[in-house]
This record gives sequence, structure tokens and C-alpha cells, in this order.
Amino acid sequence: MSPPIADQGNGTSPRLDQVILEASGLSRSFGPIEVLSDISISVRAGEVHAIIGENGAGKSTLMKILSGHLTPSRGAIKLDGAPIELKGPVDAERRGIVLVHQEIMLAPDLSIAENMFLGRELRRGLIVDDREMNRRAAEAMRVFGVEAPVAVPVQRLSIAQRQLAQIARVLAVPHRIAIFDEPTASLTPVETTALLKLIRDLKAKGVGVLYISHRLEEVKAVADVVTVLRDGKWVATRPSAELEPVDMARLMVGRDLLALYPPRPPAPTGEPALEVTNFGAAGFAEGVSFSVRPGEIVGFSGLVGAGRTELFEALFGLRKGDGEIRLGGAPQQWPNARAGMRAGAVYLTEDRKSKGLLLEETIATNLTLAALDHFQRGPLIDRAKESHALDEAIQRFDIRVGDKNLLAGQMSGGNQQKLLLAKMMQLDPRVVVIDEPTRGIDIGAKQQIYRFIAALASEGRSVIVISSEMAELIGICHRIIVMRNGRVVGEVAGEAMNEHAIVVLATGVDAKAEDVRA
Amino acid sequence: MTQAVREAPIAATRRRVNVAAVAPFVALALICVLGALANPRFLSFDNLTNVLARSTFIATIAVGQTLVITGGGLDLSVGAMAAFVSGLTILFLNSGLIDNMPLLIASAMALSLAVGALCGLFNGLTTTVGKIEPFIVTLGTMGIFRSLLTWLAQGGSITIRNSDVRAAYRPVYFGDVLGVPYPVLVILGVAVVGAFILYGTAYGRHVRAVGSNEDVARYSGINVARVRTITYVLQGLCVALAVIVYVPRLSSASAATGLGWELTAITAVVVGGTRLKGGVGHIWGTIAGALILEVIGNIMLLSNLVSEYLIGAVQGAIIIIAMLAQRGMSGSR
Repeated sequence: MSPPIADQGNGTSPRLDQVILEASGLSRSFGPIEVLSDISISVRAGEVHAIIGENGAGKSTLMKILSGHLTPSRGAIKLDGAPIELKGPVDAERRGIVLVHQEIMLAPDLSIAENMFLGRELRRGLIVDDREMNRRAAEAMRVFGVEAPVAVPVQRLSIAQRQLAQIARVLAVPHRIAIFDEPTASLTPVETTALLKLIRDLKAKGVGVLYISHRLEEVKAVADVVTVLRDGKWVATRPSAELEPVDMARLMVGRDLLALYPPRPPAPTGEPALEVTNFGAAGFAEGVSFSVRPGEIVGFSGLVGAGRTELFEALFGLRKGDGEIRLGGAPQQWPNARAGMRAGAVYLTEDRKSKGLLLEETIATNLTLAALDHFQRGPLIDRAKESHALDEAIQRFDIRVGDKNLLAGQMSGGNQQKLLLAKMMQLDPRVVVIDEPTRGIDIGAKQQIYRFIAALASEGRSVIVISSEMAELIGICHRIIVMRNGRVVGEVAGEAMNEHAIVVLATGVDAKAEDVRA
Repeated sequence: MTQAVREAPIAATRRRVNVAAVAPFVALALICVLGALANPRFLSFDNLTNVLARSTFIATIAVGQTLVITGGGLDLSVGAMAAFVSGLTILFLNSGLIDNMPLLIASAMALSLAVGALCGLFNGLTTTVGKIEPFIVTLGTMGIFRSLLTWLAQGGSITIRNSDVRAAYRPVYFGDVLGVPYPVLVILGVAVVGAFILYGTAYGRHVRAVGSNEDVARYSGINVARVRTITYVLQGLCVALAVIVYVPRLSSASAATGLGWELTAITAVVVGGTRLKGGVGHIWGTIAGALILEVIGNIMLLSNLVSEYLIGAVQGAIIIIAMLAQRGMSGSR
């Protein structure tokens, strides 16, 4: 099913290139701070307009204004040349402007189908027509090339599946302007390719698309026009044909970026620090064996649903699993995360916001939470030691906060990721597993995270990186293990580490997979 | 969203949080002023100490409830548990097992604490190991404890028979140190220890973490089940302490003992600013909440403005008003 397009109003079909949405002089302040100043932007029918910028540049604020979630302090919005005032997201939707949120906004206990038709359920007489809704939901998901279980509660699905369900749900509303806020942050290359194809379909149908992404390759591939914001101000608007990703990055940060990836630490040769043999996670992974040396960075690649996250959650006792684990040669039993931590191994969750950090607590509380027994004097928490650790972490991991009493939930994604890393490093682990270390964070913070990872390896720690971004695995790892359907299907290292090789292993299809830039 | 966007509203939020923490004390002060205006006798030393002493049971139990609720749990069984522990304690006092009077009373207190802790442990293990909603578990044990007491009392009441024992135990409720009644010292002690546990210790922070987000706690290597179970044990100990002070007051326990205490205690906790869904707990706020409830009852008795039969309605209204005020202050929908 292609998503239905709104009837185009007054019976005329839109000329491509015609300006649908036009914003001029938009500003927005929160208290005394102006986070968006004097931004003008227009979106034409059949055009993909990308908005890029670092975290804090004002992209999300701009999108929230254009979709009616926020009102501008100054400035005007015109739809089809007529000034409009958006009274809220519902009003915006009624006018055909829909927003795909960066955060997943689905009711966790309802299924994909129930979420998709929430508030506009299909009925047969007085009874909801579940069969029809399930059929249509499955069809909508198939557009992404995903066979998703549309009838089970979404909380049992992976983040990528939820993200796709959310996109499908938004696009089921009749629309003329579709705004995507970081839609691919939790998607693997195959789903990303499917999404980009869907966006091209929307474009062909005359929908105006606003697209926010940190993935500049992707922006280059899909956008017609790129607008760059920095510190809430407009920097440039140019046809994407004129911009290479490196130019975009330069405009975003306002200076030349050093190499994105740090020099790789020399490949280690010692005895393995962590050995896993014939490990399985009930229903998600089986027969997995691998080992990691001290100082080595090993990547885990694979499609959504390949079982990577589940494998490591089971390894750390966070879900059911069994198999043999050895740390420094000694057999291990890890019935819970604490056991792994005591032995010297930590797992950093991909789900920072709901499993990694207490969003309503301060930075210091989060920093010491996993290692609180190191911060005790008698029965009391040693506040001085805690505060000292906070200063150290802020410095070492460059956590940028104006106010140290900020709550974790109020920090940017990049700072949250740095905090999560700092939190687990309080345990001084020998083995660090980082799941999706750079999801949803800007390029500057990414670059830093890569350096931290390289530094951990240089200190002799073993680092395992699970990521859906193949480029970053290739950029920082010594070797990459690829999983498919819960099993390890291969490993690439050295010269053989390239996207094509990984995609072939991950999909099991030995044909040139459709490249993101296709 | 930008850093700047976030910092602005958060500064405002933090101000609000402080207001929310102070609000119960402001409300208590206002109510006391009202009381003084309604009847000058309200401010008399006798009346005030009487009010404080009477609030001991609820305040003590509510401190335990604050820990349980902050950890993401709930304990509906506290009133029935108080009745059950009272009954057992009095039966022990009547048993004549120990001749030495101070030793008898000390043993009864120890027994009371042990039984309270065991009742709490049962609640805790059933919710955490059995993975059953605390509402259901404690609804069940509420019925069990009260019914056990009724059975022990054979439908009537259990009374301290020996008047010497009664006389020896009496000062625990009616006695004082330098004019400060023992029950008031108990409130202070329980609150200080409760605040120490919740704000000072690693365990207290784990309680907040578990109530705030169980997954984050689990992924941080915290033993969620143990942390929660211990909150119920602490709640049981608080109930036992309340019983130790309660028994000498009436020297008797019946099916009506502690009736409705669970709801009054939860009201005190919520009025005190603790979040019912967990993660945020205010021990001193809870004490203020318990005092507010007791003081309002007292004012209604002293003045003729409202019939004292409406005390329940007023307390019910307070919890709703407190929630509305909290919502208004936190600005959320």
C-alpha cells in the first residue's frame, strides 16, 4: 500500500515546484534565550528539503513550529500563499502537515495495527474490524520490506520495527507536507534504503518533504535542497547537487572537521579477554561463539532482528540465555548485570532514555548509580567523592553542561551518551560492550565518542561495538562479526572490511545490494 | 532540541520542585493559623502535644509507606498488620511467660518488631519473587492479617489482663521526657532515620532509582527485587513501632484496630509531596502530611464550624486538593 495522499484541495492537482509551505522570519525564545532566530524556509511540491545542523542548532524546534507543536515568538507561516496560524498538531494535520517524531510515540501495550488506526478505527457495525486493520497495517509495513508482527504489543518489537510502525502510522494520515525528524536513527541500511525509496515515492506524488538527519550521506542521496542551521541561525540553503557531505559538515560546525575516525589502535595479539562459546538467547540467538582480546575493538553488524542486542542482553543476564562465558580464562556465571560488573564487564544499552539513564535525576546521581558502593563512607554516600568524580567525568568525556545540576533528561543525546559511557567507566571494566554508541547524536559528538572508544582500547580494555551504521564499524573496529537470524554468519577484518561484504553476510544475498546512494 | 531550549524550562522546573517540597509545610502552617483563629485553645501546650501524640501512628506508618511508594510499590495491608501485630503483642503480654516486668515489655516490643518485619517480608517477597502487583498482594494480606486478628480475638477484643503490666507499659504512650511526650520522640526518630536512609545511603538512592525506572536500575546492576523487598520490611518495622506506641494507649486490640489506617497513611504520603508512581519521596513532607490530617480533625472537634462527622469528607477533599495543587505547581497536564 502506498500511503494515501490528501486530496489536494479545490480540485486542482498541484504543479510540481509550486511552493506549498513558506515560513518567514521564524523566531522562538524560551525565557530569555532565543533558540531560533529569523529563519525563513520554503518547501515545494515534490521536493525533499533537508535541514541539517548540530544538536542545538534549532532543527527540532523549527520542525515543531512547522508542525504546530510550538508557536513561534515571531514570524509567519503561509500555506499555499495564504497566511495560517497553526493552533496545534491536530490543526496542522488537518491542513495536511504531518510530523514523524524522533522519539517513538506509540502506546506500548497496543499492537502496530491498533496504534496505526488509533482514534480512527475501522469498524464493521459496532465492532472494530481487527482483521482488516491488521491486513492494512501489514501492507503498510511491507512498503519497508519488513514482515512485522502487526498484532503483538509494540513493546515486544525492536526499536527499528517501532520506528517503522510510527512512520507508517503518520503517513496513513492524508498529507501534503511530511516532516521527518531523524527517521533513520535506529534503522539498519536495508530499512533505511526502503525508507528512502518511500520518500522518493512521496516526492513523485507531489508531497513536500522536510527531512532532518545526521547522516549526511543519506541527505546527499535523498535531498534536493539542503538548509544548514547553526546555533539557531540560518547558515545556508543550497541545492544538494552543489554540496558534498564534507561541505555540509563544514557548514554545520563552522570549521573544518578533523578526520571523523581516530587512528585505529594497533591490532592486539594477546590471549582473549572475553571468550563466549555456543551462547544462545532464548528465541533470539543461538550457537554464538566469539572472543575479544584486550585492546581490541570488535564490531557486531547485522540487520534489525538479527539478535545482536538480545544476544548481549542475555550474556549480561538481562534476559534469558545460556552458554559458556570465560573472562580472562575463568568460567563465568552472570545471572544479572551486577555479576558481569563485578567480574569486570559492562553493557551500555542502546536504549539510553528508558534503560540507560534516570531522566529525572541529576547527572551526578546517574554517574555513580552503577558503582555506588565505591562512593560510600560508612553507610553514607560520600558527596565530596561523588562531586569529584562528576568533575572528572565532565572533563574526561567532555560532557557539555552549563549547569551541573541539570537533569539527565534535559541533556542533548550526545551528552547523554557521554554520561552513559562515563557512568559505566566508574566500574573500571575490562570488557565494554556498547550498543549503538552514536544513535541520534550529532557529528561533533560522534567524532568524540569514536575517540573515547579508541582510547578505551588503547588502555587495554576490550571493546565490543554493536551498530547499525556500517560506516562507523568499518571506521573504528579491528574486525566485524556479522549476525543474521540469531547466528553469527561471518567475520570481516582488515582490507575485507567494506559495506558490500557486510551487507552480503547480513542479508545472505550474494548480489550487489542496493546502496544507500542508489 | 537545543541545549538552550532545555535549560530554560528546566530552571523553572527546579524552582517548582522546591515549591512542591515546601508546600506541605506552608499548608500546615496556614492550617495552624486557622486553628488558632477558630479556637484559642488550639494553641495550648496540652492540645498541641495531644495532637502530635495522636498523629504518631499514622506518621510512623506513613514514613514506611513513603519508602515503599518511592520504590514503586504500595502497601494496603498496614492497618490490618497493625491490628494483627497488636493482638499478638497483647497475647504475649498476657501469656505470663516472663515474670520480670521490664523484660516482659522489652520482649513484647522485640516480638512486635519481629512480627512486623516478617509480615513486611512476606508482602515484599510475594510482590517481587511472585511478580504480582503490590496492590493485589497487599489487598490479600490486608484481609489475611485482619481476619487472623479477628480469629485470635474470637470476634471480640484482646485486652491486657494484668493491671500491673498495663501500668508498667502505660508511660510509653503517656510518658514524656522534659515535657516532650515519647510518641513525639518516636515521630522524630522515625523521620530522622527514614530521611537518613532515603537521602543519605546508597540503598536509599537505589530505592529512588528502582521507583523511577526499574529497567535503568536493572541495567545498572541493581538488585531490584531485593531493594523493593527491603522497603516492605522497613514498612513492617514502622508498623511495629506504631503498634509499640499504640498498645499502651488502649491496652486492647479488636477487629476495629487500625481500620482505614492504610488510606490515611497513603493520604499523608501523597499530601506530603511523594509521587504515587514512585521515584520521588519526601520523608519530612510525609510527616507534615500526617500532621495536617490530624490537625484538621482536631480543629473540627474544637470549633463548631463543621460537624465532626464530616472529618472523613474533609480528609478526602484534602488529598484531592493536594493533588490538584501539585499538578498546578508542576505545570503538567
